[in-house]
Amino acid sequence: MSEGQKDSRAPDDARTPTPARSALSSHRPDRSAPSATSARDAHPSHLLLRLLVLLLALAAWQLAADAHGSVYFPPPSRIAHRAYELWFSGPVRHLFLTSAAFEDVLPSLGRMAAGFGIAALGGIAAGVVVGRSRWAYAVCNPVLQFARAVPPPALVPVLVVVLDFGTPMQITSIAFSAVWPVLINTAEGVRNTDPLRIDVAAVLRLGPLERLRFLLLPSALPRIFAGLRLSLSLSLILMVFSELLPGTADGIGFTLTDAQSRSDLLTVWAALLLLGVLGHLLNTALLAVERRLIGRGRTTP
Amino acid sequence: MRREGVNRPGRPTRLRRRQEYGLGLLGVVLAFGVCEIVGRAGLVRRSYLPPASEVLARAAELAGDRSFLDGVGATLWAWALGLGLAVVIAVPVGLLLGSLPVVDSAVRVIVEFLRPLPSVALIPLVSLLLGTGTETEVALITYASVWPVLFNTIYGLGETDPLAKDTLRAFGFGRPSVLLRVELPATAPFIAAGIRISAAIALILAVATELLSGFGEGLGIFMAQASLATDGTRDVLAGVVWAGALGLVINGVLVWCERRLFPWTPERRGSGA
Amino acid sequence: MTLRLDALGQRYGDHLVLHGIDLTVPDGQLLCVVGPSGCGKSTLLRTVAGLQPASEGTVTVDGTPVTGVPDQLAVVFQDYGRSLFPWLTVRDNVALPLRRRGLARAERRAEAERILERVGLDGAGCRHPWQLSGGMQQRVAIARALVCRPSLLLMDEPFGSLDAQTREDLEDLLLEVHRTDGATIVFVTHDIDESVYVGDRVVVLSPGPGSRVVLDLPVQLPGKRDQIGTRGLPEFVELRAEVGRAVRGAQGYPTG
Repeated sequence: MSEGQKDSRAPDDARTPTPARSALSSHRPDRSAPSATSARDAHPSHLLLRLLVLLLALAAWQLAADAHGSVYFPPPSRIAHRAYELWFSGPVRHLFLTSAAFEDVLPSLGRMAAGFGIAALGGIAAGVVVGRSRWAYAVCNPVLQFARAVPPPALVPVLVVVLDFGTPMQITSIAFSAVWPVLINTAEGVRNTDPLRIDVAAVLRLGPLERLRFLLLPSALPRIFAGLRLSLSLSLILMVFSELLPGTADGIGFTLTDAQSRSDLLTVWAALLLLGVLGHLLNTALLAVERRLIGRGRTTP
Repeated sequence: MRREGVNRPGRPTRLRRRQEYGLGLLGVVLAFGVCEIVGRAGLVRRSYLPPASEVLARAAELAGDRSFLDGVGATLWAWALGLGLAVVIAVPVGLLLGSLPVVDSAVRVIVEFLRPLPSVALIPLVSLLLGTGTETEVALITYASVWPVLFNTIYGLGETDPLAKDTLRAFGFGRPSVLLRVELPATAPFIAAGIRISAAIALILAVATELLSGFGEGLGIFMAQASLATDGTRDVLAGVVWAGALGLVINGVLVWCERRLFPWTPERRGSGA
Repeated sequence: MTLRLDALGQRYGDHLVLHGIDLTVPDGQLLCVVGPSGCGKSTLLRTVAGLQPASEGTVTVDGTPVTGVPDQLAVVFQDYGRSLFPWLTVRDNVALPLRRRGLARAERRAEAERILERVGLDGAGCRHPWQLSGGMQQRVAIARALVCRPSLLLMDEPFGSLDAQTREDLEDLLLEVHRTDGATIVFVTHDIDESVYVGDRVVVLSPGPGSRVVLDLPVQLPGKRDQIGTRGLPEFVELRAEVGRAVRGAQGYPTG
C-alpha cells in the first residue's frame, strides 16, 4: 500500500462518523453534506431538474396561497415583491438599495462580519497555541469543552447587562459564540499534525513562522474549515438572536420583531427570505474558499 | 504511535491519564480564578459581573430549588420532544432521499435554501402562528434539529459498502430487505453522529426561544426573568452554568452511547495516527 | 564531515534500545547500517540527526557535539508520502530548505529546478507529490535533501517501500550523487544485498534490546558498481554472506 495515499485521504477521514476522543469529531459528519452534493452539482441535467423543481414548488405554493387566501402564508410573489419594496427598490446610485437596506441589512451584515472575523482569527490563533503543546491542550481542554457546550444565546443576557444594547454587545455575542468551534478544531488539527512531518520540519530547520505557514496550518486546514462552517452558522444565529431582543434599534432581526409586533406577516416572510438567501450565499462563499484552499493538493486524483 | 510534539521530539511519550486529568483540573481552577478576579477587581460593577464563587454557589443552591428544577425539566422535555420529532422525520426522509438520488438531487435546492436560514429567525413567525407556548418551542427545535440528522442519513447511505449490498442482492433479497439489513445498520453510526450534533442545536433553540418568550416555565425563562431583576446577573450566570452542564452531560451520554453501539466504526480501529 | 559516536546509548524509560555504540564515519564515507527490524536503526539515525537527545554517550560532528539538528545535515525518510508536504508543489517542496539561506524566490526556484533535473525529474516541478509514482516521490525527497548541498546525509530505509526495479535505479542515483558530491552518508537498511551494493562499509547491529555493533566490515569491490555485474562478483557474494551471517546469528556473534 502506498503511503502516499495516506494524506490524500485525510479529508475523507474527517468524515468518519464516530466521535472518539476528539472534540472536533462531533462536527465531522456534518461536513460531509456539502461534499456529498458536489459530485452531483456538476451534472447540467441535475441543475436543470433542480431549477424545474424549484419553479414547481414556488408555483404550487403560489396557487395554494392564492386559493386559500391565508394571512399567515402569503404567496411567494407578494413576499418577493415586499422584499423588493423594502430593500431593493432604491436609486441606482445606491446600487438599488433602499435606505431601509442601509439601516437594517448592512448593520446586521457588518456586525456578523466583525463577530465572525474576530472569532475566526482569534480562534485559529488561540487554537494553534493550544494545539502545539500537549500541556496547554490538557490544561485548556475541559474549559473549552464547557465553553462549547453552553448554548450561546444563554450568554446574551449577561452581555446585555455588562455592555448594554448596541453594536459592541452584538459583536461580542457573535464572536464569543462562534470562537469555540474554530478554536477547538484548530487545536485538534494542529495537534494531529503528522509527527514525521514535524521531524521533517526540524531537519529542514524551518523557523517557527515557516513551520506554521508550511506545515501546521496547511495540515490543520480541513479541520479548521469544519470549525469555520459551524462558526458561520452560529454567527448567523447569534446575529439574528441578538437583534430579536427587545431593546435593539436596527438590523434584520429588529425588522422581524418590529413586523411581528405589527402582525405584518408579509414583512416577516420577506425578512426570512432575505436571511435564507444571505445564509446560502455566505455558506457558498465559505465553501468556495475552502475548496480553493484545500482542494489543491489534497484530493486523490 | 504519537510523539510528544514539536518542542520535545524524541521518545514516544504521552501524558498519562492521571497527568491529563490533573492538568485539566488545573485549567478549570485557573479559569475559575480568572473569573473570580475579574469579578472582584471591579472592572465592571459587581452586580453586573459577580465573582465565580458566588455564581457557582448560586448554581449549587438552585439544585435544591423546586421551581427551578421544574423549569429545567420543562426545557429538557421540550428538547427531547423536539429532537425526537426531528429524528422521526429526518431518518425516513433521509433514507428515502439517499436511496433515490434523482429525488435527492431535485429536492436539494429547496433544502439548501432552508438549511442555512438561521433557525432563530423563525421565532417571530412561529410565535405568530402558534403562540408563545411549548408548541412553538418544540416546532422550532424540531425544525433546527432536522438538518444534521437528515444530511448525515443521506451521506451515510451513500457510504454503504456496495459489495455488501450486491452480496445480499445476489442472494435474492429485495430492495427493502437490503435497506433494512445492510444500509440501515451501516448508516446508523452516521445517524447517531447527526443526532449528537442536533442535540446541541436543539438545546440552543430551546434556550433561545425561552429567553425571547419570557414567560412560562423553563431554564431560559428563568434566565430571562433573572436578567430583568436588579442584580440578576448572578442568577443568569448560574443559569449559564446549568445550561453548559446540561450540554456537556448530553454530549457525553451520546458519545458514550455511540461508542457502545458502534464499536466497529473506522475511527476506533486505530486509523487516526 | 566526520561523524563520531562515543558509547552512544538510547533508552525509553526502562526499555534499552541502543547500548555502547562506538563508531567513526570518516569524511566522505558511505556507511550502511544493517540490522533486523526493531533493532533501533531508526533510533540511531534520529539521534544522529539531533531529533532526539542521546540518553548515554555522545554524538559529535567534526568535533562538535550534536545537541540540536546540525547544520549541513539532511535526512531522507522511508515514508515519502508523509515526509513530502502534499499541499506544496514538487518544486516548492524542494525549494523549502532554501528559505533559510535568504535566497530570492527566483533563485530558489532555479536551484530547485536544477536539482530536480539532476534526480531525473525535469518538468515535474509544477505537479504535486501525490500525482507522482512512489519512486518519483522518493526522488523528490532526495532532491529536497540535496538542495542545500549537505555534507552529512542520513537515509532511513529510503528505498524500503519501492519495487525492485525502482529501487535499483535509485541505488544507482545515490551512488552517482555520492561520487559527485562526496558527502558523508549514513544509509540505514534491512536489505543485506543493498547494503553491500551501496556501501563503502557495512555495520551490523544486533537485535534489541540494547543493540550493539556486531560487525564492522569494509566493502571493497573492484570497478564501478553496476547492478548486474557487481552483484555477480565473487567478492560481492562473499561479503553478502558475511553480512548475512552477522545479521542472522547476531545474537551470539563475537564482537571482535
